[in-house]
Amino acid sequence: MRIAVASGKGGTGKTFVATNLAALLADMGEGVTLADCDVEEPNSQLFIKPEIMETIPVTIEVPVIDNDKCTGCRLCSSHCEFHALITVKDKTYVFEDMCHGCGFCMRICPEGAIGKRDKVIGTFLKGQFGRGLFMEAEMKVGTELATPVIKFVKDRLPSGGVVILDSPPGTSCPVVETIQGCDYVILVTEPTPFGINDLKLAVEMCRSLKLKFGVVENRAMEGNTSVADFCETENIRLLASVPLEREIAECYSHGNLAIRELPAYRYRFVGLLDAVKEELGQ
Amino acid sequence: MKEIVIISGKGGTGKTTVVLGLASLAKNAVLADCDVDAADMFLVLDPETHHTESFTGGKLAEILQDPCTACGKCREVCEFDAISEDYVVEPLACEGCGACYYFCPHDAILFEPQYTGTVFHSSSRLGPFFHARLNPGQENSGKLVTRVRNDARAAAVEQGKELILVDGSPGVGCPVVASVTGADYVLVVTEPTISGYHDLERVFELMSHFKLSGGVVINKFDIHPEMSDNIEALAVGNGFDRLGRIPYHAEEVISAMNNGQTVIEAAPGSPVATAVADVWQRLKARLAEETE
Repeated sequence: MRIAVASGKGGTGKTFVATNLAALLADMGEGVTLADCDVEEPNSQLFIKPEIMETIPVTIEVPVIDNDKCTGCRLCSSHCEFHALITVKDKTYVFEDMCHGCGFCMRICPEGAIGKRDKVIGTFLKGQFGRGLFMEAEMKVGTELATPVIKFVKDRLPSGGVVILDSPPGTSCPVVETIQGCDYVILVTEPTPFGINDLKLAVEMCRSLKLKFGVVENRAMEGNTSVADFCETENIRLLASVPLEREIAECYSHGNLAIRELPAYRYRFVGLLDAVKEELGQ
Repeated sequence: MKEIVIISGKGGTGKTTVVLGLASLAKNAVLADCDVDAADMFLVLDPETHHTESFTGGKLAEILQDPCTACGKCREVCEFDAISEDYVVEPLACEGCGACYYFCPHDAILFEPQYTGTVFHSSSRLGPFFHARLNPGQENSGKLVTRVRNDARAAAVEQGKELILVDGSPGVGCPVVASVTGADYVLVVTEPTISGYHDLERVFELMSHFKLSGGVVINKFDIHPEMSDNIEALAVGNGFDRLGRIPYHAEEVISAMNNGQTVIEAAPGSPVATAVADVWQRLKARLAEETE
């Protein structure tokens, strides 16, 4: 069972929900994997504090030009969609940060002047927390290829047990890469105009991908029914509401898990887990 | 003319709230929302849009089933496994490199720019406003970001404006790089949480990679004062200015947003508005120094 935790708006509490849910499942003795797919800013580790057992570099193959063989024909540089090659006189230069590793230039070069080498674009980590498995990939700063780094994690997820995926924010390709193929998506939002607007986009995304999803309202305020109203109109299940409390902001700021520090929250997360299981008919 | 880009690393730190507050104080600035995944400034600005344009980003391959003979060449040259066994391109997996299009011996592949989003030119009570909406699931948001920035810059030149305020996107990836490259000053809005600190370290790595400088504002500084001190030390160590601290007053910020107002418009003398006004004064002084 794969459950992705996503949100349109950043900072609504995706990591908060994903880490607490994963820790709760681990405490209950269930086989759980927490996979942090927010590769630009992965933070689950700070709360889960796993013991890291394995580190693997994530690489792509970038071109290496043999300028003795290059005749400056420009076939490669004029066909590179990513503007990663430039030919000046009879020499070609590579801008590795622009390269997507498609290998087109290597295939197209009539002189056989283009070889390849591995370029690191991220790091994959695997570890353990209690009885849970932890995975994370971090994109190397300065590269712009989030999606292949996410794919690297997804290719390594276990097939059994519950897998919780902490998604990047937004609704663009890295998010789609993360949530695609999941059994359920938890959309975390907050009862503000920004939160609701971005939730609408996330709902649109889930619907177009034909994924089952529900909503968690974080920082709920008494008397503010905007999230509940939206869910009712759109016929979406409101899985749980977490109140706006300074106590929880402080707990989070120190890197602590609410289910361990604040007993009332453990209760809420049990409720959330039950709601998700019910949605999945389990 | 100065272009200030406001980013955050971690999402939800209050980036947009700060941008809107600064826009209220600056008056006469050109505003751009480059958080194209989740563009929210329009909710408060209530802009009047006078120009809408669809935006085409990168290209994607599409196989025409009639001329296709299933020879296998395209699948062989695709590094991204984007072509299925029955010769259909999975749009999400396709990186848009064009190798299949070039090598197909039967001209069975189309390779066209994709409609990825919409660009809006508007006017608002706080100044000319530029934003975009990315279609869900689309990539190339970097190109759309660049487009919004270019449009804002053109308007600033044309109308003789001194300042452009750009709301960037969270993270350190493609849209952020497109938001900050070539900016005059990068203002980072962060929060004193363990994740805020971690994300900020990565933002500084990105800034040094692109040789950019700027300043840091700590929002909700009082939820973890020691962490706020650590963040400011990290900022100074990376050559960034300390531009100020904003106290945690969730109700004040949310109530302004609910009323479609910036924190400055809603309650000018409030703790949050006062803190934002201090940031604006420091920022102005800093930009004046740079001009000298």
